[in-house]
Amino acid sequence: MATLSVCQTQLGGFSFENCKRNAVLEAEVTKLGCRMPAARKTGTTIVGVVFKDGIVLGADTRATEGMIVADKNCSKIHYISPNIYCCGAGTAADTEMSTQIISSNLELHSLSTGRLPRVATANRMLKQMLFRYQGHIGAALVLGGMDCNGPHLYSIYPHGSTDKLPYVTMGSGSLAAMAVFEDRYKQDMEEEDAKRLVRDAIAAGIFNDLGSGSNIDLCVITKGRVDYLRPHDMANKKGVRTGNYKYKRGTTGVLTKAETKLVLEVVEETVQTMDTS
Amino acid sequence: MNTRGLRSQLKDSVPVTGMGPQVGAYGVQDTLRSGFSSVKNELLPSHALELSEKNFQLNQDKMNFSTLRNIQGLHAPLKLQMEYRAARQIQRLPFLQSSHLALDTLKGNDESISFEDILNDPAQSEMVGEPHIMVEYKLGLM
Repeated sequence: MATLSVCQTQLGGFSFENCKRNAVLEAEVTKLGCRMPAARKTGTTIVGVVFKDGIVLGADTRATEGMIVADKNCSKIHYISPNIYCCGAGTAADTEMSTQIISSNLELHSLSTGRLPRVATANRMLKQMLFRYQGHIGAALVLGGMDCNGPHLYSIYPHGSTDKLPYVTMGSGSLAAMAVFEDRYKQDMEEEDAKRLVRDAIAAGIFNDLGSGSNIDLCVITKGRVDYLRPHDMANKKGVRTGNYKYKRGTTGVLTKAETKLVLEVVEETVQTMDTS
Repeated sequence: MNTRGLRSQLKDSVPVTGMGPQVGAYGVQDTLRSGFSSVKNELLPSHALELSEKNFQLNQDKMNFSTLRNIQGLHAPLKLQMEYRAARQIQRLPFLQSSHLALDTLKGNDESISFEDILNDPAQSEMVGEPHIMVEYKLGLM
């Protein structure tokens, strides 16, 4: 290992050592006319709605990387705690890591208090973390869950502002989905109506927004029960081929047949142990 | 997790000074230890978050202590700081990894996970500090 004549130990967390180098590289690359590699985003439609007994969260399943679809079936509804789930839009890695960190923190917190965690706790933890990083963590989240005070739904923006509302949409397809919600949302819906409404809202986002596509995932959270329906609806199935170019057996006539058996004997046998610890 | 966010306590926060040259014993740039100096490198941070992240823990502590002083009186932060100072002394030599268990328990860091624990773990660092130099720096002989 190389030695380094530092005077103090390094701290953990984000390291800004390469920022200047990256800025110089970006200037050089734009001078040549190329582009820096883009982070994988989830140009997305994510929605949440409060119904009579709980929350329905919905999301599409497309992850994009610039103009290319990077993942046709990614999972955007993340687990936070047994009664709280979170949909994530924005940079895929940021949403993934943020939700995992908050999930761990909530688990430690609930072990310490001995109670089921509340949605407001998860909301406050997320908003404090996102504000600390001033929007550089690009995670736009829809947080929903059921706790002792009933169902709660929050939308959390990358800079750390939050809204507590009965129905929310986020992502690039949020306008299309919100149009469906504004038309058909009613207070105290039944579970089937709420699922149909969320499915239609996500479908509106999928068909009218380039950044959203593929299937519709749903997550229904009620007291004591969570239904994670993945996929709830496959709105975009790839077409089935109607013709087949393979030749049938017997198309070519057989004139002669000659069989030669290969005699193989074991010469040497070696065993290599693998350290699987 | 910060539980106190009173804006009135911000006046006690650590001022954002900028990177500053590493001055050595005679008040001049210490070229041997911190390399050649460059004004551009030192005046501007390379990332918008660099300064705020460097001082984040200090600022949080200052805010919490001043709120505690306003609520419970001067004795509360004084006692806590005395305990922190005692816990900070339970460590191995500077170039070895110490667990900071007592300090973490006092500060409540044993019940939370953040990017400090996941990214850039100093225990997994590829570089090893030079033992002699680090001990001399810690004892103030350098």
